[in-house]
Amino acid sequence: MTEPLVRPRRKNPLKKTRVPLLPQGVRSRTALGLTEAAAEGRFRLQVCADCAAVIYPPRDACPRCLSARLPFRDVDNRGTLLAETTIRTSTDVYFRERMPWRIGTVQLDAGPSIVAHLHGDLREGERTRLALKLDKSGQAIAVALPVEDTPNMADDPQWRELTCDPKFRRVLITDGRTAVGQALAEACSAAGASVVFVGVADPWKPFPGEERLRKLERVEIVALDLTDTISVNECAGEYAPRVDILINTAEHVRTGGIIERKGLTVAREELEIRYFGLTRLAQAFGPVLRARGADGVNSAAAFVNLLSVYALANWPAYGAFSATEAACLSAAQSLRAELRPGGVKVLNVFFGPLETEWYQAVPPPKVAPSALANATVRALQQGLEDVFVGDIAEDIRGRLAVSPKALERELGS
Amino acid sequence: VGTRQPYDGVVVTAPVTVPYRRYSTNTAHWWVGRAVHEVLKTAGLKSADIDGLSLSSFTVGPDTAIGLTQHLGLSPRWLDHVPLGGASGVVALRRAARAVQCGDAEFVVCVAGDTNQVDSFRRMLSTFSRFAQDAVYPYGSGGPNSGFALITRNYMKHYGATREDFGKICVAQRDNALKFPHALMKKKLTLDEYLGARAISDPIHLFDCVMPCAGAEAFLVCREDVARSLELKSARLLATIERHNAFPEDPIQYRGGWVLDIDEFYGMAGVTPDDVDFVQTYDDYPVICMMQMEDLGFCGKGEGPAFVRSHTLTADGSFPHNVSGGQLSVGQAGAAGGFLGLVEAVRQLTGETLGASVPDAKVGVVSGFGMITYDRGLASGAALLAGGTA
Repeated sequence: MTEPLVRPRRKNPLKKTRVPLLPQGVRSRTALGLTEAAAEGRFRLQVCADCAAVIYPPRDACPRCLSARLPFRDVDNRGTLLAETTIRTSTDVYFRERMPWRIGTVQLDAGPSIVAHLHGDLREGERTRLALKLDKSGQAIAVALPVEDTPNMADDPQWRELTCDPKFRRVLITDGRTAVGQALAEACSAAGASVVFVGVADPWKPFPGEERLRKLERVEIVALDLTDTISVNECAGEYAPRVDILINTAEHVRTGGIIERKGLTVAREELEIRYFGLTRLAQAFGPVLRARGADGVNSAAAFVNLLSVYALANWPAYGAFSATEAACLSAAQSLRAELRPGGVKVLNVFFGPLETEWYQAVPPPKVAPSALANATVRALQQGLEDVFVGDIAEDIRGRLAVSPKALERELGS
Repeated sequence: VGTRQPYDGVVVTAPVTVPYRRYSTNTAHWWVGRAVHEVLKTAGLKSADIDGLSLSSFTVGPDTAIGLTQHLGLSPRWLDHVPLGGASGVVALRRAARAVQCGDAEFVVCVAGDTNQVDSFRRMLSTFSRFAQDAVYPYGSGGPNSGFALITRNYMKHYGATREDFGKICVAQRDNALKFPHALMKKKLTLDEYLGARAISDPIHLFDCVMPCAGAEAFLVCREDVARSLELKSARLLATIERHNAFPEDPIQYRGGWVLDIDEFYGMAGVTPDDVDFVQTYDDYPVICMMQMEDLGFCGKGEGPAFVRSHTLTADGSFPHNVSGGQLSVGQAGAAGGFLGLVEAVRQLTGETLGASVPDAKVGVVSGFGMITYDRGLASGAALLAGGTA
């Protein structure tokens, strides 16, 4: 049974912060199909389109029929742990400081044998379910879990290397005036975060939900105005060394396309709050997050972007808004590469129209702020990199995968 | 199944070892050069006489065999590069034998050499193969120790092998090595020391692991009458086999490719396992030795543990095994580890031993195994050699 995590003590400021190291992140191009699946929490392997063989490690020819048609498909993740070993000596600096480390050979019911990391509650000979996860290098690895959930299983040290669990971590939510920001504060608090800092611009100005927010356990309101570089820098100066997960909840939703909106005032506001706000956060908090990626139980773990799914394909009814979201998505991709040396994940949460006043005229289905918040916390607990929340987001994603051009026409009609 | 031609008239001679060193500042080219030079000296040949070259090396990059012809000043008409690790000795011999037999070359020098610089082993592990890069190295980076730990663990569970059984193999090899001047391990090893050693990747402990080092091994392949005219003692090649990626459906490795070809192996030579005076298995880990004892026909599958318990495994005892100490005691000089058993077998059969001698050795089996690119060794091979004349 997994030993429950112990709440980390206050850090001794004289102690050296451990430099983040990464496991080897080099993969063949074909193996990146596993990374794609892991980013979304799917278990996918190559399945031969001609003979249905399930293939691992990733290949460019089917070992049974030599077909080159080897798409990644969802496959049954169940299997048996045939043999295990506890590695006590490693040539790699990342693993060296994490010894001992358990791995094992899992025979999947679907066919292939997979060498996998082992969850601490799994024993040789037992049935297992495999998951694909992103390790600190950002690349996919397979991890074998007990078939049934076990007590405290999320606290297993090998597992926790793969997740961004808010438990005992310190979270910064950048805008507490929004319904989503407030829902996230509640969800993170409930998930066991040590403290949830909630940024509010001009905190002396009252706002709906404030009373409830202030009453939440372990929630602390801090002054933070994402449109003001000085404010962001001051907040970072005070709190950055104590922020392990940053969730950017800034939003600015306005209807209308590009032509009908006269002038640049609204567009500038959108960019100021969303794109430049993200940039300010990244510049102020990014370097500290990246330096603290291996800082113990409450190491820096994630930078979370809440993005409209229309970042992926413009919805002209909210055309200018979609364009700003696309800019944020592009910045998030850059952030991913920039934070990777610290082993810090960038989680992008894509959502459709919300149950908020700014989507008043949009018909359902819509996403409740609490649903978005809970999905975000779950994604952190699972260590995901891309999640789609709600029916609209899933729908857009599915249609985009089939035909970007068809989706463009459909969204614009 | 067609019948393969025998290797009549082909011999192996001029067995050469360039003494190993734990670490070397020299390049693989230096080690290969020393070995080829030593073969020429032993055989009384000049560079111009060498018309065939076969090279095995992990660390000679970016060069391959062709680059070495210019580097060493050789102009062969037959050239081979055998990047097969532990199987490279048997495979190099097998190919060279056909070249000599068919007249494509008269003198083939087969050489394996590797350097070992302070960080070269780690760098080799992470880039050993695409599957290692994608599906092994990111899993704890335990190197071959952790891969073979899984194979060992599975074998122990299924066939009841114990650490004492593996220890017996290692201790016997150390006894053999104490007489072999080139062995890096010069201290006696007791079973208690073996059992008490620190764990590396359970159930693999320190003395189950070979020590990576720098070194080179080489031999010369030519016709028997040519060897005789040079007054060289030689060993005749009775049979060889080679098999790669056998049994891909086995979920975890418990047998190797020898199983598929073993009848033909002894059939071609006209001998049985009972006629064999000593066996040189590939000993990257003792479980692989046990697997070879089974798969080469000295006992049945799963009988390895009992077989080991009932023999001394020492050069002067019953079932002489890895009589110069094997890689476990001599050191693993990269691809030269795939030559070690073969070179020593030639010495035993020609009576030119440097250390322990198997009394009255007439027939020896040399086995090769190598290239764990994902979860199992892919290459396997074996050669039957005999002393004396046909």
